Amino acid sequence: MPDLAQSPALASPQISLKGVVKNFGAHRVIDHLDLSIPQGQKVALIGPSGSGKSTVLRLIKGLETYQQGSIEVAGASVPARSSSWRLPGTKKAPVVHRVGMVFQQFNLFPHLTVQENITEAPFRVLKLSREEALERAHQYLGLVGLSHKADAYPAQLSGGQQQRVAIARALAMRPQVMLFDEVTSALDPELVGEVLAVIRAIAHEQQMTMLLVTHEMKFAQDIADRVLFMEAGKIVADGTPEQILVNPDNERTRRFLNLVEKR
Amino acid sequence: MFFDPTAVETARFIARQLANGALVTLQITFFAQLIVVSMSFVIALMRLSPWRVLRWIATVYVEILRGISALVLLFYLFFILPLFGISLSPMTTGVLGLGLTFSAYGSEIVRSALSNVSRGQRDALQALDFDSITAFRRIVLPQALPFMLPPMGNQLVELLKTTSLVSLITLSDLTFSGGQLITTLGQQTLIWSIVLVCYFVMAWPMSWLVKRYERRVTSWRRSVAAEGAAS
Ligand SMILES: Nc1ncnc2c1ncn2[C@@H]1O[C@H](COP(=O)(O)OP(=O)(O)O)[C@@H](O)[C@H]1O
Ligand SMILES: [Mg+2]
Repeated sequence: MPDLAQSPALASPQISLKGVVKNFGAHRVIDHLDLSIPQGQKVALIGPSGSGKSTVLRLIKGLETYQQGSIEVAGASVPARSSSWRLPGTKKAPVVHRVGMVFQQFNLFPHLTVQENITEAPFRVLKLSREEALERAHQYLGLVGLSHKADAYPAQLSGGQQQRVAIARALAMRPQVMLFDEVTSALDPELVGEVLAVIRAIAHEQQMTMLLVTHEMKFAQDIADRVLFMEAGKIVADGTPEQILVNPDNERTRRFLNLVEKR
Repeated sequence: MFFDPTAVETARFIARQLANGALVTLQITFFAQLIVVSMSFVIALMRLSPWRVLRWIATVYVEILRGISALVLLFYLFFILPLFGISLSPMTTGVLGLGLTFSAYGSEIVRSALSNVSRGQRDALQALDFDSITAFRRIVLPQALPFMLPPMGNQLVELLKTTSLVSLITLSDLTFSGGQLITTLGQQTLIWSIVLVCYFVMAWPMSWLVKRYERRVTSWRRSVAAEGAAS
């Protein structure tokens, strides 16, 4: 069975959510969610605003607490109540940095240059030498096509360029999983293409598991192996891009897609 | 009159007295400011911490100290504490009283500056697995400093001027020395005018230094603005 040999991860998925419940106060945002993503899969997560897409990503990254269920990433459990407070040296630093995340609002560090934005975490968190960190910065700036902006400050860049730096910054940690949360939604339409091109390039990386929240249906269709449609904290449709995006048999999915197309 | 030896002698006397007083004023300002800065950060971090007990203690600290007159606090520390067997020197009393009073306001300055660093920045820090202290030192603080420095600087000047209260607990600061000189020499107008100028001369370099430092820590902002204007 060559298929199985090629994807040993099938046995234990890279990302696994089991019966996850997340409430914000009395408001249930994620409702008994089950999700299993094998290593290397590229998954697009779509759905109406407020359906809980960002929350799923934030849960996987450990940015949110949750009330029920369990979450595992690369075999390690993501605790339900991880404190945002962590002292240096505790947990012997996250030597294995598993999950990278890119946000809608870029969230670059405004007081650091582009290069410093990228080297800071490899240097401080992964404890690489300055030379190694710089090397990584050059490598990933090259990948996103911004080598010439290494010494610029974020505010000197266009939104598209900032988002590409944010992607380079996340990649420089060499994560096994990349999460993209509507990374083109804050951009002017003419800048969307350059960012999607970068993500497309990363998607060719076989090993990298990717989960993207996006409203770019054409793009999702191009790069995704699998599409999830979320509504009210649940995954209501799960299939190939053809099944979900081209010939949706789910009425709600169809209505949503019509809506997105009209925008 | 300028060559009148007694006048020269008197001028020397005035200068010496006021210089001594000014030195005491600067000392109190300096040590009180140390308390202000450290307590401001401690209290602000407590108020922003995820632990309710710490937040509660910090809130009580701020509310109480904000509601107490600095002068009354000084009197209390100086006259009442000894009744409970705690005697502090006038210098310690002055430094402590003013330091605590100003730290209540200072902590609010620090807190609001730290809160100015957006949730997005914190998300990014967590997404890159920064530990809390590195994140604070390298990312949060540098962004918050430009917000806290101007009000902190103003507060420092305010502190310098408020030190004159310690003259009422027998410390011979600048104001106290001025009063003493008038008792011995008269010359009210002259002496108070000199004292006034002395305070100004001490305060002005402080404002200037703070402004300079502010410019340095905000250089990343200005280089961005310059670029923006150029393009
Ligand atoms: N920090 C928060 N506090 C309270 N409610 C929140 C918070 N974050 C998200 N929510 C709520 O959770 C729901 C899902 O949000 P989100 O995951 O951002 O949806 P999506 O990304 O699909 O638009 C929304 O109803 C939103 O209002
Ligand atoms: Mg969202």
